Amino acid sequence: MQAETKTTIDRISGTNGSPIAVLRFTGDISSASKESVIGAWQTVNKGGPVLLDFSKVDYINSSGIALIIQMLIEADKTGQKVAAFGLTPHFQKVFAMVGISKYAGLYQDEKTAASSL
Amino acid sequence: MTETASTSVEVRIPSRLGFEKVAMATAASVAKLRGFSNERIEDLKTAVAEACINAIEHGNKLNEKLSVGVILSASDHELEVKVVDNGAGISKLPSKPDIDRKVHGEEDPRGMGMFLIQALVDEAEWVHDSKGTNSYVRLVIRLDKENE
Repeated sequence: MQAETKTTIDRISGTNGSPIAVLRFTGDISSASKESVIGAWQTVNKGGPVLLDFSKVDYINSSGIALIIQMLIEADKTGQKVAAFGLTPHFQKVFAMVGISKYAGLYQDEKTAASSL
Repeated sequence: MTETASTSVEVRIPSRLGFEKVAMATAASVAKLRGFSNERIEDLKTAVAEACINAIEHGNKLNEKLSVGVILSASDHELEVKVVDNGAGISKLPSKPDIDRKVHGEEDPRGMGMFLIQALVDEAEWVHDSKGTNSYVRLVIRLDKENE
């Protein structure tokens, strides 16, 4: 019943030419997404900035939010900058309510998000 | 505005994670038929999903022999949702989550569900019977001012 989460990893160049890892999520982000989401994070957990792409995510619940916070915990430990884009207005509001926007900037599109890092 | 009769819809879902999306979609359909704005419908969807997840995980403890009841009652100006499970309910609402404590590892990263419910709907109350074998959360969401 829970839609599968697929996470792909891209590498792009930031405005100053420095590499940025982009985690692109597809499907739902829920308790069933741990392996996909945290597994992908562990492959980019090397100190560089990370973008989170939610443009193909249909549903995020509180367990999914907890996974995003787990990524922010790891980013805080390593000093990695994180930004997110592609959230619907509703989930932008939810992310702001729970405080995620304090630790990861929320942007409309990839270009704006990348330029913030 | 012409008054229309109140509507009641009931759904029962198994105590299996993922099925909260059935309740969420049903609530969204009822709210749309009643003229709720997209923004209010999105708020409702998240609140209903979180209430069902709590009922599945904590109320019915993922026992698939038990079901979660979702009763939607719509009037012209508001939609009431009751999410019923077989658990003992909660005796005390959890404190508001603290993102700083969570990010610094001082608080469990989980535990956002009840906070989101309270933040997204106009009324939320948790009710349990004296025997501790049945409880429900009652949510009320009202039409936004633009549509009144």
